[in-house]
Amino acid sequence: MKVIVDQHKCVASGQCVLTAPEVFDQREEDGIVVLLTETPPEHLTDDVRQAATLCPAQAIWLAEQEKQEGER
Amino acid sequence: MSTISAPGTDVPPAETPDYPMTRAAGCPFDPPPALHTRQTEAPISRVRLWNGTTPWLVTRYEDVRALLADPRIGSDSTHPHYPHQSPAAKERRRQSRTFITMDDPEHARLRRMVTAAFSIKHVEALRPAIQKIVDDLIDAMLAGPRPVDLVQAFALPVPSLVICALLGVPYADHDFFQTNSRILVRSTTTPEQARAATQLLLDYLDRLIGDKLTHPTDDLLSTLAERVRAGEISRHEAASMGILLLIAGHETTANMIALGTLALLRHPDQLARVSASDDPKPIASAVEELLRYLTIVHSGRRRVAREDIEIGGVTIRAGEGVVLANDIGNRDPAAFPDPDRLDVDRNPRHHVAFGFGVHQCLGQPLARVELQVVYSTLYRRIPTLRLAVGLDQIPFKHDGTVYGVYELPVTW
Repeated sequence: MKVIVDQHKCVASGQCVLTAPEVFDQREEDGIVVLLTETPPEHLTDDVRQAATLCPAQAIWLAEQEKQEGER
Repeated sequence: MSTISAPGTDVPPAETPDYPMTRAAGCPFDPPPALHTRQTEAPISRVRLWNGTTPWLVTRYEDVRALLADPRIGSDSTHPHYPHQSPAAKERRRQSRTFITMDDPEHARLRRMVTAAFSIKHVEALRPAIQKIVDDLIDAMLAGPRPVDLVQAFALPVPSLVICALLGVPYADHDFFQTNSRILVRSTTTPEQARAATQLLLDYLDRLIGDKLTHPTDDLLSTLAERVRAGEISRHEAASMGILLLIAGHETTANMIALGTLALLRHPDQLARVSASDDPKPIASAVEELLRYLTIVHSGRRRVAREDIEIGGVTIRAGEGVVLANDIGNRDPAAFPDPDRLDVDRNPRHHVAFGFGVHQCLGQPLARVELQVVYSTLYRRIPTLRLAVGLDQIPFKHDGTVYGVYELPVTW
């Protein structure tokens, strides 16, 4: 699993940090998403998937996934 | 559905129902029955607003979520077909417009000026201070007379104290800003009353920003003042953002505290689950469920289509108003099994109580922490908390753009 984030689309809602704090953080100056690891360990897959689903700005993708799931 | 308004039909039929709709007597926590009917029979269909306009009302969870995230939908309140919530809301938007009724790139530019203060890390750092505010207010309540109005003694002061500290607004002025805020969120307010209240708040925030320009402190208004000094925003824009944050920061959370408490008191089995736990996870789940179940922003998210959109068998034309009913969306059985049951173990993180898309609530991390602290403390410290009057004597905010209770007399 490879995680991709789009900092231009991010609206700093913080949903990803609440869901998978091991994988996502926020920039100090404006709360925009920072990816801590592009390839998180297996046991975090469900959390990362939920973070992608909950992201209101659709700024998180999982590269292994079908496009439509990543874009939900 | 074609019987309500065929795809492409520009003239809505005469039977187009009025919106917002009315809740059923004796069911203060449930959305209006007519919204349930819409969701089942005509999930995307037209309604009639206060000014006679007939935007689309979207009622299914999946459609609400999809359209809120759709770049073909805009939030520009200066569009002639923007479906304003009330005459007062229209006047306020005209006089004091902020990024919540703008589209990108302007929206993103302005929103990002204030997002740092609401990051998870920043908000978590406030948790001990919020806990102290909650504990002190409970101490004062326990030392005072019974019964007491929980709204005035607790629900309103908690978020007001928190947002005042965050913004750098003196809490001593709370009567002033709470009174004017209340005027602006009531749908029966006239445009003249809204104009006067908005102007008072604009003048007040402008004065505070002026103070921060000369004497900056460690708060959000000082950050905005710095942006003014740098020429990135005008003082009017900064004051408008200040009003938005001040109102959104206390009105919504105050209503969630009081209405959430009432909902739990009316569901003792659920209250027992909340008060028995000091583990943060079940408390966080209870907060999400109460946000979903109550969805206090109950007059829909307001948008305008920027392009033609085909969805659910209808065509929303470019330039038409759209109302996304997140309250009934949060009661959609397709997204939440047995949706009308309050179940604090459900953990429905995917609810749309904070909206969805790029305009999703900026202050949600703060609201979550405030509600987690309140729900994990109030019922544990006052286990015998109960209503001091019957449910039928509680005044609900049926006329508010944000739902809640005007008063909640409680005793213990």
